Amino acid sequence: MDFFLTQILTGLASASTLFLIAAGLTVIFGVTRVVNFSHGSLCMLGAYIGWSILSRMPRDPAAFVAGVVATFAIVAALGALLETVLLRRIYRAPELLQLLATFGVVLMVQDSVLWVWGAGDLTLARPPWMRGFVNIGDQRFPFYDLILIMLGPAVLGLLWLLLHRTRFGMLIRAATENRDMAAVLGINQRGLFTTVFAIGAGLAGMAGALLLPSGSANPHIDLAVIVDAFVVVVIGGMGSLPGAFVASILIGMLQVFGVLLLPKVTLVLVFLVMAIVLALRPHGLFGQPIAEAPHRIETHAFIGPTPRIVPWLGIAALAVAIVAPLVVGAYVLSILTEAAIAILFASSLHFLMGPGGIASFGHAAWFGIGAYAAALGVKYLAAPLPLALALAPIAAGGLAAVFGAVVTRLSGVYLAMLTLAFAQIVWAIAFQWGDLTGGDNGILGLWPPAAIGTRGYYWLTLALCMGASLALRRAIRAPFGYTLRAGRDSPLRAAAIGLPLAKIRLVAVIIAGAAAGLAGGAYVFAKGSVFPGYAGIDRSVDALLMVLLGGVQSLSGPIIGALAYTALYDGLLQITASWRFILGAVIVALVLVFPHGIAGSALRLRKP
Amino acid sequence: MTLLRVENLHKSFSGVHAVADVSFNLAAGEILALIGPNGAGKSTCFNLLNGQILPDRGRIIFADDDITGKAPRDIFHLGVGRSFQVAATFASMSARENVQMALMSHARQIWRFDTPASQQHAPEADTLLDQVGMAALAARPCGTLAYGDLKRLELAVALANAPRLLLMDEPTAGMAPAERHKLMKLVRRLAHDRNLGILFTEHDMGAVFSTADRILVMDRGALIAEGNPAEIRANPKVRAVYLGEEA
Repeated sequence: MDFFLTQILTGLASASTLFLIAAGLTVIFGVTRVVNFSHGSLCMLGAYIGWSILSRMPRDPAAFVAGVVATFAIVAALGALLETVLLRRIYRAPELLQLLATFGVVLMVQDSVLWVWGAGDLTLARPPWMRGFVNIGDQRFPFYDLILIMLGPAVLGLLWLLLHRTRFGMLIRAATENRDMAAVLGINQRGLFTTVFAIGAGLAGMAGALLLPSGSANPHIDLAVIVDAFVVVVIGGMGSLPGAFVASILIGMLQVFGVLLLPKVTLVLVFLVMAIVLALRPHGLFGQPIAEAPHRIETHAFIGPTPRIVPWLGIAALAVAIVAPLVVGAYVLSILTEAAIAILFASSLHFLMGPGGIASFGHAAWFGIGAYAAALGVKYLAAPLPLALALAPIAAGGLAAVFGAVVTRLSGVYLAMLTLAFAQIVWAIAFQWGDLTGGDNGILGLWPPAAIGTRGYYWLTLALCMGASLALRRAIRAPFGYTLRAGRDSPLRAAAIGLPLAKIRLVAVIIAGAAAGLAGGAYVFAKGSVFPGYAGIDRSVDALLMVLLGGVQSLSGPIIGALAYTALYDGLLQITASWRFILGAVIVALVLVFPHGIAGSALRLRKP
Repeated sequence: MTLLRVENLHKSFSGVHAVADVSFNLAAGEILALIGPNGAGKSTCFNLLNGQILPDRGRIIFADDDITGKAPRDIFHLGVGRSFQVAATFASMSARENVQMALMSHARQIWRFDTPASQQHAPEADTLLDQVGMAALAARPCGTLAYGDLKRLELAVALANAPRLLLMDEPTAGMAPAERHKLMKLVRRLAHDRNLGILFTEHDMGAVFSTADRILVMDRGALIAEGNPAEIRANPKVRAVYLGEEA
């Protein structure tokens, strides 16, 4: 019984820090409608800055409190800077662009932290007052964790008072409810947004510092924290503070008791709960339906007549691609193989995002499923190459059918979050189910048969990937693709002319999933291995970048984007160790300056 | 022949009776106008007929089918065309493609993945656009069309499934008076030539009284009068609602 009680308290302690982080994220979202991927980076900065301050301070409670408050202030100031420089320029952008731009910040902060603090874990020696215990029956419970438990409700109370008992809070609530009306009433939105963002950032930073005594400042905090915080905010309902509180307790408990009862599936469990909540309550536990930010309507036709030069350019490029292996060396050949796979991966995402208007922040799920299907096929069924490559799209398409049946009701930011959650589930299974998947070590030695060779495999990949990409492109121009677009443009009109929207979207998800799965399967034999990272956030972001680089509303976009991205990425890897920082900066610049991508901008130049 | 029979239709939103016990008939070839002050329940009534919202009570019979509670998509395939109060079109497509989309849906060709959509039913689409006077604008992206043109395009789209019943929610809103007159003349001709039943709402009383064969008047969710234009003009209840005169 006492054991049970201490477990609950442990869960509450981790719920508290989780709530500090999620509270900032949800308030920021409520007011600015920005989904801030870099919120975890602010927490990580808090941990490092807190370490720098606290490790130089006397080791008494007062100094600790002062150090934590100072961390709050510094990270809040950094948050204000971030808001003024970047965030305020993307308030009206579609949520995927916001996620991407703030992911660019994540990359830049990662490299910055490496420069300033190095790659090692930085720990804080715990002073005696912090190491104290409280006896609960025959169990001992850390005194520090008790403080943490009390901090959560305290912060909730303070925020509640701020929101409901001050003029500033009234303005925040007005802006949360109706941004445009608040603007009309003459509320200074700029100042308001910056302040809210600073407070949210400060809370995240403070949480980072508070985690130091039981953990460390390390370069992995950002993604670990942001994914949990997203889950909490989404389960609670985006923008809802009480929702975030309840959800963080739910997740805290789930993590503690999940480890005890089902140690192998804790990671999956969290995302499963999120998926179930969203499937039952599309706006989370306490969330209100949010007015989608009014996106600018695309006035140019999505599919104009193809300029006559395009097919010739395509044929010329394809001819070069076919003869290339006879000329180039092994390294370039491997890059070319990757580029062909990237084209299919990007095309499959574009199929959903462009004509479908279906946001996906977890497209790597299908890539990963395809990859593991092919790899497991070889490992356990001794499948020959053609069968392994066939298993990939079948497995990915089949699971996409299940997933799609659940999510077609969702849209916008909740859909983006659920796709992210699903990709994390796939990643978690690959990571935790070591007996089957080899866990973090992956499965190695998956090369194509010697008779085919690297060159032969390149040609095979080129044929499969280009064939599938061109088939997708054709489907977009066909009645199916038009129907998909009709549903995106006006669901009301689409239903009134008898279009089966839910079914069309489901089939689009299946097709895109199968295509991405094929890309993943092909990738396994190009690399000779498979790892959980194939379903990771980084890879989902890769696909998004390729599509955005090329231009969402352009048919040739994914092809051009995939080629440009592969060249950029490999180029960066060659010339600098700080490729993350530069890539992050490129992403931010892309979103700010080039929201229509390369092909999209070319289209705009052609017809002003 | 009765084309549409509405029996005791009822819908309330959190206690407010938006549509209360509404019954009426519409014959093939007949033009029926539904008028009433703002908030009378006209649009709710349309959305019930079209299947966008479910009624609390009552029945809707179209031809021989009970369409109560059917989805908009099924109602379309039974032969009902619909235009909206705020024009709903596909902004990323050209005017012609908008009509082609409806034609492809009618011909049940949307599950095709290989043939280019631009080649489907292009001449038919142009004929429909010509009927509503939009032939010259066929290739224009819909996002760049003037609002009046969008309303005309909606009519062409609504005609694509060779409907037997047309539901038009304020078909001339946002149009210039001359355009308005032309469109309503076209509506009359369609009803006559195709033996098409038409139910429409409209704020322009000139258009209502010169076009409709029969007029229904709604106020606070209920039908308060029904009759031909002359009868409605003389009806004291209607005058009370519109002009604030004592009944």
